Amino acid sequence: MKERTVQLEVLRYNPDTDTEAHFQRYEVVCQEEWVVLDALNKIKADIDPTLNYRWSCHMAVCGSCGMMINGEPKLSCHAFLRDYEGVIRVEPLAHFPVERDLVTAPDDFMEKLKRVKPYVIPKEKKPISEGEYKQTPAQLMKFRQYSMCINCMLCYAACPQYGLTPSFIGPAALTLAHRYNQDSRDGGRMARQEVVATHEGVWECTFVGACSEVCPAQVDPASALQQMKITSSLDWIVEHLIPGGRSAGDAASREDAVDKS
Amino acid sequence: MSRKPLVRECPPTTWYFRQPRYLRYMSREITSIFVGAYCVLLVVGLQRLADGPTAWEGFLLALKSPASIVFHFLALVAAVYHAATWFNATQKAMPLQIGESFVPGNLISGAHYAAWAVLSCVVLYLAGVF
Amino acid sequence: MAKSHKPVVWFPFAAGGTVIAFCIPVILLLTFLAALGHVPAGLDYQNMHVFARSGLGKLVIFGVVALSLWSSAHRLRCTCYDFGLRADTLAATVLYAAAIFGSIASAVFLARI
Repeated sequence: MKERTVQLEVLRYNPDTDTEAHFQRYEVVCQEEWVVLDALNKIKADIDPTLNYRWSCHMAVCGSCGMMINGEPKLSCHAFLRDYEGVIRVEPLAHFPVERDLVTAPDDFMEKLKRVKPYVIPKEKKPISEGEYKQTPAQLMKFRQYSMCINCMLCYAACPQYGLTPSFIGPAALTLAHRYNQDSRDGGRMARQEVVATHEGVWECTFVGACSEVCPAQVDPASALQQMKITSSLDWIVEHLIPGGRSAGDAASREDAVDKS
Repeated sequence: MSRKPLVRECPPTTWYFRQPRYLRYMSREITSIFVGAYCVLLVVGLQRLADGPTAWEGFLLALKSPASIVFHFLALVAAVYHAATWFNATQKAMPLQIGESFVPGNLISGAHYAAWAVLSCVVLYLAGVF
Repeated sequence: MAKSHKPVVWFPFAAGGTVIAFCIPVILLLTFLAALGHVPAGLDYQNMHVFARSGLGKLVIFGVVALSLWSSAHRLRCTCYDFGLRADTLAATVLYAAAIFGSIASAVFLARI
């Protein structure tokens, strides 16, 4: 097997001793077909056991090992060393607070994820004895793509609007709202609109499109957000310009309130 | 153990130099300066048209200044770039599902490009360019 | 958190963006030709006057100018923010007011033709 010597420049931050982060350079002997995560594992095992980073599956499924690699948000298990030349710069995901070294604090994303109600709110409740909620393949395809999100937060690290305005609900959470809105079994769209249609919701998005370019699961958040801008605008017209439209919207919200109680 | 997360701020005035895709985005947004300025020129043209034949001839003459030629070139580049980015975006904003499958995105954008070409040719024909 | 009234400004932005994409390049090409000394026959005073006097002509001209102005103003507002200008209310007020002023001026000029 062919070997390759790689230079990694890794951002280090120790909350117990540091007030600022600094880069530390490592020289690692790697196998030709390794990914950046393999190189980090080798550093941790043979060179510097104090290096901190998250990872789990090593196969682009768990979404734990997102990092900035040469400034680009990437899953480090999906970033092949052979695709890079010279020193590879590895930093924690942008736009998130750094907990330690390459470990970031995902608290903000987790809180936002909850706010969009990312679960099916059944249109009509029925007892289990009446059987399952059925769905045709066409109805499934309508939202399938948006259900592929692995919560890796690369889209947040790519989104400049999230970086500039941290109150923005952001690509992945809003896309998950869209995923449930598009589900034929779901009746919770009006409830989700209370978050989606606010300033911090879709309206903070200026369609940079970076989220979709970096997504490792081809979810295409930019598309979901554009679609939600259109439906939110149509909602606004119904609520404000059509007589009786507002009460229809209110009724939907009330039903949801009854659901919750 | 207490937490002391380090916040690394996104630089508010220089963030778009961080990735080439941000520069592409900013160039798309900046087209609005040229298109907006051109709209102002159109409003002025309408005023000259309302003022009568002499004023209109003066307007057409003013268009021939070197500054106007340079501006027209830049504005044309900006408008075409805007059009391309807009048509490319249509497949994102309005995906079309028929049965189980989605119409290929390039077909949606392609249809917009085709309609654009036809409309432009019709306008050029009606304006007597050919 | 209250729902946003952004659709009021976003819908005309989206409509204007479409109008700019379809119409502005070819209109620009016409005045560019005029700027280069090859004035298209359609830009003669007589032809322009006839077109701008018809109801359809007025509607087309006003629609293109007003929506394009609005769309540019809205995008410019976002661009100001992207460049780091945090006085968003000021930028929005100035730019939207300019777009509305331009639209009203167009309507007045068209009415005089």
